[in-house]
Amino acid sequence: MGKRIMIDPITRIEGHLRIEVEVENGKVKDAWTSGQMFRGIEIMLQGRDPRDAHHFVQRSCGVCTYIHALSSVRAVEAACNIEIPENARIIRNLLHGAQYQHDHIVHFYHLHALDWVDIISALSADPVKTAKLTETTGGRRETAEYFKQTQDKLKTFVNSGQLGPFNNAYWGHPAYKLPAEANLMASAHYLEAIKLQAKAARMHAIFGGKNPHPQSLVVGGVTCVGDLTPERISEFAGIWKETKAFVDEVYIPDLLAVASFYKDWAAIGGNNKTYLCYGDFPQAGINDNLLMPAGVLMGDLTPKPVDTLKITEDVTRAWYEKGSAKHPYEGETKPIKGEVKYDTEKQYSWMKAPRYDGKSAEVGPLARVLVAYTSGQKEVKALVDNVLKTLGVGVDALFSTLGRTAARGIETVVIGNAMEGWIDKLKSNISSGNKKTYQPWTMPDKGKGFGLNDVPRGALGHWIEIDGGKIKNYQYVVPSTWNLGPSDGKKQKGPVENSLIGTPIADPKQPLEVLRTVHSYDPCIACAVHVTDLENNETYKVSVI
Amino acid sequence: MKEDQNNEFYESLEAKGVSRRDFLKYCTALTAAMGLSHTFVGQVAAKIEAASKIRPPVIWLHFGECTGCSEAFLRTPDVGAIILETISVEYHETIMAASGHQAEKSLQDAVKKYRGKFICIVEGAIATKYKGAYGKVADRTFLAIAKDIVPKAAAVIAIGTCATYGGIASAKPNPGGYKGVGDALGIKPINISGCPPNPLNLLAVIVKYLGKEKIELDSNGRPLFAYGESVHDNCPRLEHYEKGNFVREFGSKEAELGYCLYQLGCKGPQTYNNCPTAKFNDATSFPIQAGHPCIGCSEPNFWDTMTPFYEES
Repeated sequence: MGKRIMIDPITRIEGHLRIEVEVENGKVKDAWTSGQMFRGIEIMLQGRDPRDAHHFVQRSCGVCTYIHALSSVRAVEAACNIEIPENARIIRNLLHGAQYQHDHIVHFYHLHALDWVDIISALSADPVKTAKLTETTGGRRETAEYFKQTQDKLKTFVNSGQLGPFNNAYWGHPAYKLPAEANLMASAHYLEAIKLQAKAARMHAIFGGKNPHPQSLVVGGVTCVGDLTPERISEFAGIWKETKAFVDEVYIPDLLAVASFYKDWAAIGGNNKTYLCYGDFPQAGINDNLLMPAGVLMGDLTPKPVDTLKITEDVTRAWYEKGSAKHPYEGETKPIKGEVKYDTEKQYSWMKAPRYDGKSAEVGPLARVLVAYTSGQKEVKALVDNVLKTLGVGVDALFSTLGRTAARGIETVVIGNAMEGWIDKLKSNISSGNKKTYQPWTMPDKGKGFGLNDVPRGALGHWIEIDGGKIKNYQYVVPSTWNLGPSDGKKQKGPVENSLIGTPIADPKQPLEVLRTVHSYDPCIACAVHVTDLENNETYKVSVI
Repeated sequence: MKEDQNNEFYESLEAKGVSRRDFLKYCTALTAAMGLSHTFVGQVAAKIEAASKIRPPVIWLHFGECTGCSEAFLRTPDVGAIILETISVEYHETIMAASGHQAEKSLQDAVKKYRGKFICIVEGAIATKYKGAYGKVADRTFLAIAKDIVPKAAAVIAIGTCATYGGIASAKPNPGGYKGVGDALGIKPINISGCPPNPLNLLAVIVKYLGKEKIELDSNGRPLFAYGESVHDNCPRLEHYEKGNFVREFGSKEAELGYCLYQLGCKGPQTYNNCPTAKFNDATSFPIQAGHPCIGCSEPNFWDTMTPFYEES
């Protein structure tokens, strides 16, 4: 038996996550992922007004803000047969697109980069050579003076003796491969991205009042009709443009530059090749002409349509009372009422284990990009081929930690590009006098529906049943639950657990390599842990997809 | 690295005004929002520089939360300068590089080194049922961590409605027995409520604290300079309320005209916060400006007392 390593807390994520790995002969032999917090938002929703649900569920997460609210209003609209106006769909897409732009930049620079970039090494870089490096990345050219200023700032910081968030990290670890100049380049952009993200988030504030937790969605549409002025739309467009320039000229070139030093990670961190994607960004009707198409890949490169009836959740390894794997609508989930014991042989997480057709499935950027690529989405295909060509690797390289991180960059570009068309359409609608942003409706006595959504971290579904105008049952199956859920009754591991197996570990006391793969999934644990108390609910079947 | 050399190096850059510049610029914006005088902020910044050879250490604890308060803080313009040049964030799970044992070491080292001197910011509610079983970090319950760390701080700031009053985690039926940090520990922190709170209010409290200015609190433990007036008092739509111009349906002509949202359930009159004056995201907007009623998110138990949100109360 190998050596067990516990990593708790996993930092640079949302929420409370524990990872345990068993290391033997310098490689991970086995892995366990554990959610360490439980709140129970769905229990709270029972009996409440369905119109209020989006405010509650949005508080699942302040990092993946907005997206639960979007799924929730979609679910209630489906249950109440409401078709929202075109402007509402466009504004929701713009807010969702803005979330992608913001979230993926923050993930790359502030949550993931320090797994690849050694900030301390940047101190010994030559600013002149660093400036030359930017001439070769195809990105924004920077001066030696710019890098000298960054380096001075870092030196001041390090020499202050107060390393703050950079304290006790893995600096100097043998798995860091970037030359000092690349480390300085990335460090400079890390700092720049801190400023940029605060600005990018203003896109949410313009049409949503604030970020995090924008507050302009309602069941039936959006409320920000007062902000639909040419000036306000231009303000939005200006920030979109600046953010897009950063993505194109800084984020993507950095991603490719960093990746070129870590090509070995194109063969590490894949999983069982099952990928699930609901698709998103309807460009017509309620849910038509999706920019990112829906589909499932089950071990091959032929996408199949998503059948939500094949979704089940298993609680064998989670801290709930025992029961068989069931469809979310038929589920029965009862949290252990008392102290919980972490035991990887028995129960070890607050996360349930979602399965598609009995298999653990990866969701998120890689799933979306693979489904789009294999479905022939032209823009995705061109970008993926270009990235593979630039790095000199084949399609197989996508099924990896590096592939996951690259896919996130690729879709940031695709979605950012699409936003321009949405802004233009909104402008032309407004100038032609169409300001309709809301569809009046009345609450039915009974109804049920669900809202599917593909959000920065992956496939998200919210299901609601209304009875007597109140919420009878509400539940959601969340991206990070798909990715970070535990093993199941068939001893079939979750995607992150699978991905970690085989990872090389240079120094078990400093498991930097584990963090690389875990962070490549961009975990969000507060979202992932939630539960529905169905003790008093009748079982019923859903007939619509 | 030798500490005295470090200080010398740091001070030499301080003398050039490099590290405080962004902060001062930010403070200027802050004074406008808080109605403080510019000289006051200048004095505070000068005091921080003069008094501290070290940057004020901050330990930020995450409990039962969604990280929205941290995210709100990170939306502060020039937040990089605040984190790296003004204060020293010794522990913050969302941004720190180290994980696992190394992260725990950072926490323990900081508490040991700065015992009685650090500012402790608590985000998220604390699970108290089943001996705190529903929330843990590194095998310790939120409750145990809070009992260990919080009393060793010089000042405790509860950030967001979860840490102040329990927030969403404590909404009925509150499965985990979640409580705000004040209730869970029987202490009186400075409460900066809101879901999320305005980061300006946090920054203003830190500036005032470091400037040794007395911070007057209301009966809910919130600083009066930010929570002394209701959202309604300062609402840009107040005139419509007084004239009886109400929006009765979203998407209506009245909605387009920016009429009062009271009849759609706006909780502005019962909610104390400076949203209409400070606004969010570099003064871009706030919910009522975006045409949505206030949901009362800075009030204790608002998830239960202010719902249903879209009904007039």
